[in-house]
Amino acid sequence: MANLSSEFLGIESPNPFWLASAPPTDKAYNVNRAFEAGWGGVVWKTLGEDPPIVNVSGPRYAVNYSNDRRVIGFNNIELITDRPLSVNLDDMRQIKRDWPDRALVASVMLPMEEESWARYVPMIEETGADAFELNFGCPHGMSERGMGAAVGQVPEYIQRATEWCKKYASIPVIVKLTPNVTDILPPARAAKAANADAVSLINTVNSIMRVDYDTLSMYPTTDGMGSHGGYCGPAVKPIALHMIAEIARTADTADIPISGIGGISDWRDAVDHLALGAQNVQVCTAAMVYGFKIIDDLTDGLSNFLDEKGMTSVSQLVGKAVDSVTDWKYLNLNHIEKASINQDLCISCGRCHVVCEDASHQAITSMVKGSRRFEVIDEECVGCNLCVSVCPVDGCITMKQLTSGTDPRTGQPIFNEKADWTTHPNNPMRVK
Amino acid sequence: MTNHLPADIKSGRLSSPEIEANFSDMHPPLERPEALIEADRCYFCFDAPCTTACPTGIDIPGFIQKIRSDNVKGSAHTILSENIMGGMCARVCPTEELCEEACVRNTLEEQPVRIGLLQRYATDSIIHNKLQLFQRLEDTGKRVAVVGGGPASLSCAHRLATLGHRVTVLNGAQKPGGLNEYGLAAYKTLNDFAQTEVDYILDIGGIDVRNGKSLGIDFSLADLREEYDAVFLGFGLAGVNELRMDNDRVEGVFDAVEYIARLRQTGNMSELPVGRKVLVIGGGMTAIDVAVQSKHLGAEEVTIVYRRGEQQMGASRYEQDYARTSGVCIRRWLAPKRLLLTGDRVSGVQFEYTRLADGGELEGTGDTCELEADVVFKAIGQQVLWNAMEDTAKMLELEQGRIAVDDNRKTSLPDVWAGGDCIHDSEDLTVSAVQDGKLAAMDIDRFLGMKNGSGE
Repeated sequence: MANLSSEFLGIESPNPFWLASAPPTDKAYNVNRAFEAGWGGVVWKTLGEDPPIVNVSGPRYAVNYSNDRRVIGFNNIELITDRPLSVNLDDMRQIKRDWPDRALVASVMLPMEEESWARYVPMIEETGADAFELNFGCPHGMSERGMGAAVGQVPEYIQRATEWCKKYASIPVIVKLTPNVTDILPPARAAKAANADAVSLINTVNSIMRVDYDTLSMYPTTDGMGSHGGYCGPAVKPIALHMIAEIARTADTADIPISGIGGISDWRDAVDHLALGAQNVQVCTAAMVYGFKIIDDLTDGLSNFLDEKGMTSVSQLVGKAVDSVTDWKYLNLNHIEKASINQDLCISCGRCHVVCEDASHQAITSMVKGSRRFEVIDEECVGCNLCVSVCPVDGCITMKQLTSGTDPRTGQPIFNEKADWTTHPNNPMRVK
Repeated sequence: MTNHLPADIKSGRLSSPEIEANFSDMHPPLERPEALIEADRCYFCFDAPCTTACPTGIDIPGFIQKIRSDNVKGSAHTILSENIMGGMCARVCPTEELCEEACVRNTLEEQPVRIGLLQRYATDSIIHNKLQLFQRLEDTGKRVAVVGGGPASLSCAHRLATLGHRVTVLNGAQKPGGLNEYGLAAYKTLNDFAQTEVDYILDIGGIDVRNGKSLGIDFSLADLREEYDAVFLGFGLAGVNELRMDNDRVEGVFDAVEYIARLRQTGNMSELPVGRKVLVIGGGMTAIDVAVQSKHLGAEEVTIVYRRGEQQMGASRYEQDYARTSGVCIRRWLAPKRLLLTGDRVSGVQFEYTRLADGGELEGTGDTCELEADVVFKAIGQQVLWNAMEDTAKMLELEQGRIAVDDNRKTSLPDVWAGGDCIHDSEDLTVSAVQDGKLAAMDIDRFLGMKNGSGE
């Protein structure tokens, strides 16, 4: 059995699954339940200055559903903790005493004034928290007051606030990044420049869930008006994975430890995050949708996966896929693949044909010798993977590489040596 | 059988609540959450096999997609524009042999999308609320006579009416609907759905229904051809095949079709006479319907006896299973030979065992057996009752006792079309009858247009 115990910035926890800073970590009651269920750590619901903020007493959440009401995406307009700071600090102190083997991280959000950091950082550290996480990502409400994403979108602010925190803290400082930027690297570099110990990402994505089809107002509203919220859940995982991989594969940011957040619902999602460079992961939406019990599958599934891969610890998985991520221009243009349909598995739904016909390269038949049959026409197939993507039968359509002869589509011989856009004759900027 | 039991036919074997429970909906309708999940199972196939399998060619993935997006009105329109009796067909179609058999999900998991129930979900509220989805074209002034009030006739009438023609439906029965009203098992069409659907169909306007008007009695085909621009014949099969045993007209022997009609029309099913031991002779849907309903009414032993094997039975495998799980015993390879009588009442039937000879024809083995019964139902098929319509029979080309038609359901006469059970090669299904009526109406419309064009 693989050992799931995790060490992140020297903070030990029995597994790499932390609950992200959010409603499930707002008070001792919930956190006790989470630790009883087996979670490795929590990032406490973001603390702020007293007096506490107030939340709306209307809907805070909205969901992007599948037809059977599975949650595809989720958004919220809840702010940071609305409880007095001392109440939270007492709870945190108690939790750290009761659960010394679990990670307890204090998420904080403070104004861009050094005095605030000087005053609150030592007070919070005194609870016994293992680290700080700086909330520079919350995209709603707090950002209107110059905090949260308003800081995270300006690298200079990230650096300045992080420096203040580092100045008054003796425990590690994690900078939580917002995805509401065009390029994640400048914020990551700013955190590094301020000597942050790690980054965590992503926070939620700016979003409006939908319109109310009766009232034709946005949905949901509080007294007829609504405000954009932060989008999370399975739908945002690919956004998170891209940003994590960018930091992990870029030379000057690759050494920053990453805590991965975004759309983790089962162990496979965690494998995605870890393999693309995260050292541990944080989960919120899945716990809000299913409760804390999902930790059983997360830990059990990850453990079985590591066993199957012959790995004995989580750290052996971290970053394994990073080297496979590159710029488009370095993709091998001499590599030729064709789709191939396994007729024994094909159920003849014809989806591959119609999407290839309507949206791709007219490379799949619908009739062969007068009967319904779906076959790839190699002379037309560009290997785009659309048919594989829409086929309802797992493993029915696969991509097969051509390694010799000629490509029936182009009539060009197959070259086994790699050649990419940087040297392609059609590229006016090619390397000569 | 030396000791014949006394005949034991009586009503009230079960209480009204028991009967009501037995005759509840065979397939309860889907609620919205179920329908959305079921609709999600549809793969939206290209050139969908289910649509190809539907005799009326309903765009099934199309209507299911509209259920998925909560566009129920659009979904109903997709269904009803191909099949105006989509509501009844959702209840009575042998979907397991048509659309659902063709569903590609069968290959993957042996569980097709429940197309019939989704079709019912899409159409029920529209039909019950009489939400009119069709609009008549401008009146053409053309008049068409439709003979019969069943699915073929009403489908033809509706399509003709939407195309702007004026239709007169001459229906022999007291209510329109045909076998939907008089012939289907009660648990397939609850709460007077047949009449609700007829009302919906007639709501389009331009259709004048005259009940109690029979061809050959109240009017002749020659009259209609004289008076109308075109004629559609959809009078069905009024004659019941006989058992051809020398003594099959004794007490206790019933005609299944007649009994079902009585069951459908009675206000109180607990008043129907029910046997203690019931034999049903036949192998089609009517046999299943009368057997299951006898069981539901409290008969103790119900046995369907069919002279050939399972493969040859007209009733679908699903219907056969349904009968068995309802407590009906099905026996095969037995041909009725002789009724056994106690006094002047039936008390059983003697059967001869059968087999297929080398040439494939059915032959008796010579061995016999006797089964006790106080009620025997004849359910061995129906035929056109030409006796009363000899003039009509003389005017039309017939094939094996039924009306010969071309692909457009046109008869040998230039201005007469026919459809439903009375035509040769009919599939004896509601859905096929609807298609006959629709095809005929479209051909009639072309015919009437040509008449205009030629200046008549």
